[in-house]
Amino acid sequence: MDYVRAFIVGGAICVIGQLLMDGTKLTPAHVLVLFVTSGVVLTALGIYEPIVDFGGAGATVPLPGFGYALAKGAIKATKANGILGAFTGGVTATAGGVAAAIFFGYLMSVLFTPKSKK
Amino acid sequence: MENKKLQSINKQQEYNEYVQQKIPKPTYFKNCIWAFIVGGLICVFGQFLANIFKGMGLNKEDVASAVPMTLVFLGAFFTGLGVYDQLGKRAGAGSIVPITGFANSIVSPAMEFKREGYVFGVAAKMFVLAGPVLVYGYGSSIIVGLLYYFLGR
Repeated sequence: MDYVRAFIVGGAICVIGQLLMDGTKLTPAHVLVLFVTSGVVLTALGIYEPIVDFGGAGATVPLPGFGYALAKGAIKATKANGILGAFTGGVTATAGGVAAAIFFGYLMSVLFTPKSKK
Repeated sequence: MENKKLQSINKQQEYNEYVQQKIPKPTYFKNCIWAFIVGGLICVFGQFLANIFKGMGLNKEDVASAVPMTLVFLGAFFTGLGVYDQLGKRAGAGSIVPITGFANSIVSPAMEFKREGYVFGVAAKMFVLAGPVLVYGYGSSIIVGLLYYFLGR
């Protein structure tokens, strides 16, 4: 059942992104930035948490889920460490994903050459 | 003779491609279906990974790190193979919005600019798209933390 919910929630978030790309002049880059930021804001407002509870990976795998992890980490660390936590929390919570993205991203870019487009 | 034949085949191909470009695309609905299915399936796979990691005894926070790390690896790997961009042509936001798309946005320009060197080419271009995401993501999370600190208590 959690697979069905992940499919529906994840699919729906992607459809919103698709509509933004087709219906407005936003580029994919704008959509990515917008989604991460809205993930942070929605989490801070307490709106995104219920979506994660319902959709599981469907809500955490799309980029708003990255914002969710950032905001949740920042709030949690602020609770524990005060103002220092506001700065460390988001980075700490997402360190694994970002470090992996940099490491594997670099590795793959060096190992592979782009396929000719046609 | 052989050359002329080839040329005419080429021209025909070009013409077909030209026609393909001009045909009004059955856009919104079809694009959304693609985005929904591909995006949904990537999330289902993420859920599958999460369940596996949970089964291995990882706690909730470790699962929340391990799943994106695995997906980022796969996204980067399939971008390197050239498969991911092929998928992206159809799937649109379905392949861009999941975290695998974040990895794709790192590897794709980095590979492209390799000939400009490993510092200003690969390493710098990795962040053409990922940079803004990190700037606004980290930036807004710090603001949320500060707001929570000053207003929350």
